[in-house]
Amino acid sequence: MVAEIGQFSLILALIAALLQGTLPLYGAHRHNMQLMNFGGNASLVQFLFLTVAFIALTIGYVTSDFSILNVASNSHSLKPMLYKISGVWGNHEGSLLLWVWILALFGFAVAAFGKNLPGSLKARVIAVQGLIGVGFLLFVIFTSNPFERIDPAPFDGRGLNPLLQDPGLAFHPPFLYLGYVGLSVTFSFAIAALIEGKVDPAWARWVRPWTLAAWGFLTLGIALGSWWAYYELGWGGWWFWDPVENASFMPWLAATALLHSAIVVEKRDTLKNWTILLAIVSFSLSLLGTFLVRSGVLNSVHAFASDPTRGVFILIFLVAVVGGSLLLYALRAPKMKGGGLFAPISREGALVLNNLLLSTATATVLLGTLYPLFLDAFTGAKVSVGPPFFNSTFLPLAIPLVIAIGVGPLLPWKRADLRGVLSRLKLAVLSIFVILGLTWWLADGGPFLSLVGMAIFAWLLVGALVEWAERIKLFRTGFGNSWRRMVNLPRSAHGMTIAHVGVALVVLGITAAETWQSERLEVMKPGESADVGGYTYLFKGAEQIKGPNYDSLQGTFVVSKDGREVVTLYPEQRVYANPPMETTEAAIYPMLSADLYAVIGEQDGKGGYATRIYHKPLISWIWIGSIVMFIGGLFSLSDRRFRIGAARRKQVPSGSAA
Amino acid sequence: MRLGFLAPVLTFAVIAALMLYALFFLNPKEIPSELVSKPAPEFQLEPVPGYGPGLGTSDLKQGKVVLLNVFASWCVACLAEHPLLVKLKQQGVVDIYGLNYKDKPDAAAKWLTRHGTAYTRTGMDLKGRVGIDFGVYGVPETFIIDGEGRILDKIIGPITEHDLETRILPRVSGENG
Amino acid sequence: MRAFFFSLIVGGVLLAGSMAEAVFVDERLADPAEETRAREISEGIRCLVCQNQSIMDSNADLARDLRGVVRERVAAGDTDDQVRDYLVVRYGDWVLLNPPFKMKTALLWVGPAVIFLLGGLAAIAFLRRRSSAGGGEAVQRLSPEEQEELDRLLRDGKEDDRG
Repeated sequence: MVAEIGQFSLILALIAALLQGTLPLYGAHRHNMQLMNFGGNASLVQFLFLTVAFIALTIGYVTSDFSILNVASNSHSLKPMLYKISGVWGNHEGSLLLWVWILALFGFAVAAFGKNLPGSLKARVIAVQGLIGVGFLLFVIFTSNPFERIDPAPFDGRGLNPLLQDPGLAFHPPFLYLGYVGLSVTFSFAIAALIEGKVDPAWARWVRPWTLAAWGFLTLGIALGSWWAYYELGWGGWWFWDPVENASFMPWLAATALLHSAIVVEKRDTLKNWTILLAIVSFSLSLLGTFLVRSGVLNSVHAFASDPTRGVFILIFLVAVVGGSLLLYALRAPKMKGGGLFAPISREGALVLNNLLLSTATATVLLGTLYPLFLDAFTGAKVSVGPPFFNSTFLPLAIPLVIAIGVGPLLPWKRADLRGVLSRLKLAVLSIFVILGLTWWLADGGPFLSLVGMAIFAWLLVGALVEWAERIKLFRTGFGNSWRRMVNLPRSAHGMTIAHVGVALVVLGITAAETWQSERLEVMKPGESADVGGYTYLFKGAEQIKGPNYDSLQGTFVVSKDGREVVTLYPEQRVYANPPMETTEAAIYPMLSADLYAVIGEQDGKGGYATRIYHKPLISWIWIGSIVMFIGGLFSLSDRRFRIGAARRKQVPSGSAA
Repeated sequence: MRLGFLAPVLTFAVIAALMLYALFFLNPKEIPSELVSKPAPEFQLEPVPGYGPGLGTSDLKQGKVVLLNVFASWCVACLAEHPLLVKLKQQGVVDIYGLNYKDKPDAAAKWLTRHGTAYTRTGMDLKGRVGIDFGVYGVPETFIIDGEGRILDKIIGPITEHDLETRILPRVSGENG
Repeated sequence: MRAFFFSLIVGGVLLAGSMAEAVFVDERLADPAEETRAREISEGIRCLVCQNQSIMDSNADLARDLRGVVRERVAAGDTDDQVRDYLVVRYGDWVLLNPPFKMKTALLWVGPAVIFLLGGLAAIAFLRRRSSAGGGEAVQRLSPEEQEELDRLLRDGKEDDRG
């Protein structure tokens, strides 16, 4: 019964999406208010039906209804409840349902929060959302129906891939999709603007919160994914440049560029075409990522089971959406002219540099991800493009970018005096020398890159704080006055400082984890101990334990430092029965100064166990920094200019459509 | 200037064409053998107990096309293709040599007894080193070898009817017939 | 239903790979310098059965065997390049995570620089147009309202924020 309700809701949602995608467009064309307003209602209806469908599938999972093929293939009655629920989106069909549901949610959100938008713009944005929804719903219904029945129903399900039975991964896809799909709103705004032939500062202001939200979720989603890889794959790595990771990283890079270029549109009414292009490209990269993951054209650990009909469908959809919008861009963008004049050394100039570096980085990741396909297609030769390529091409772009982050925010609009700005950064320069000295002393030299990384960290952190302190005139005026200035400073300014501090922290984490980690891979017998990174790991032994749906070999390591016990680590090697698979559960004791990381492997038959112990200095800061960036995004998002100020928007000249 | 505005859509067209091609004609899981048109690597192995006098490089130079099938008793997919190999042997279509990859001798012998043998000779690659010399990265794999012991082709995964029709039979009849 | 069984079979094949019994643990080279070298090389060798990991980062049976081969070659006195060649002869360039610079990878390695240069030229052209008052055709005359709006925005930008 539940499956039929879900199925029916999907079809009703498709009808709603069709109406949402067409009538308001026509209405905006004919200046028909009724038709334009219809979009909002349709988006609500579509959202409600998809909610019903999503709940229906969730009920199927929670009640272990194995007459539903999707549940039977991906769930198991013995699975813990959390993973029954996360199992809903732990497979192709269910994750796609989550995707369209979020898409409908965003469409409805535009209708609900977009009260200040001009009627025609709003109608067009909602309609474009509706059209994207139509494409995805067709895809779900015709190639990936989560409600398909099987008869006879199997006695039990096949279970969820144990690698996915993990709290980190349970929440990773929803955040990632909030990010991917959030970019659809920015995309819809860009298409609507192209149709109307008009981009102005007000447009940039309307788009900004949506971009910020999508960017924030994407940041969090990627961070969660990396954290999962870090502790679940058991090799201490946190980023593998896997095609699927790249698929999420490219939209993030493009969205980051967009976030910055939209500021120029908002403040200076220029860089419009470029911003529109970035909005299209960001979402296109999200779609491309979906294609790469779900069509099986690329090798990846994360790839869903591939099915050529699905691949063909997504490809057609991709061509329609991306090809269509880029064509529209080619036709309409040349008519849009930018305004303001500025010198190359200025805030605008810095943001152009930011965009140049971020877009080159995006293109580089895209090139590296697709190159094996290109080569195979043209010559039949197979090559691998792995981490060494990405590290050696990405770093030369990332390093100048992060250095520029220290200077950019201090530059005034229009024309800046670089020397003056640099002299205001004396403190940051000083901090570089301090941290270099400190690093040299603490780490005993170490690789050259670690010094570069630490210098950048100091520069960025102090630079961001200097800029913030200057704006509130800290120490230059009374404390009360500074406090007042701080409170009055727009939230978006705080947001920028916080986000940049987040970047600095990520740089710190990456530098330390990559250059100062120590590891020991060894066969250990019970009673033996190993010294890694200044800590002593005493291996007490290992025993078989039973989990709810797995058997596990659990090792015990007592970790101490200078004779004092710090923590006991229990790494596991699990064997799941449904589906049959082994997983490595690293035991990690995260501290702000370092992570203690232990893994237990197989026995050598002579009483010893293969063990791996890692000491990862400061690695937590990669994720702390990502969360700080997310918080920065939230701060910016809460800026009052994006919520109220409808009166202000009315001042925006609206009659000059091209 | 116009060209600048067209660049994104043109770039995308190239990528989309590539995707279409990849979808239908490329298989990321299949890595063609480096050894094609090179002589088979040197090796000499003991047989699976009870199954022939052992296997070495010289046994593959038969003056006619032969198959070298990499198999193991722990490999489910090998079981799937095995009936086809047995049939080929019974019909005398082509000689098949079995490279038993990283198996246990008695497990391999039991497996062959139970499912019937398709092999003229067998060799046990207990440590998998011969497999590495052949560039094996999964089981089953099947090498098509010409009369001088040169590798003509490698089939990755279970042999399908299609593989048989297009890759094995033409070479067998072409060179042997 | 057919899809269901098909995935069962595929699942079985994957499983077979990981179930191959192997209880031996990596033996290390006696010479620590050689061991370090062997690991550094291994980190650049792709694990063929696990798609995107290096053989250093994989539990797969074949990855372990290949680690053994790398150690053996290092111990036998091969240079790093010779060890890599040993594997390339058997498995092709595909085993190298760091694609070697060749004709066929030239576009890959040069690509980022070309993109940066083209982008940089476009950016410079844009900045020059924006900075020269006589930049002419690109600069649109502002209507009085637009000028007013711009002034307001600029004022805004100065007083409340620069971010």
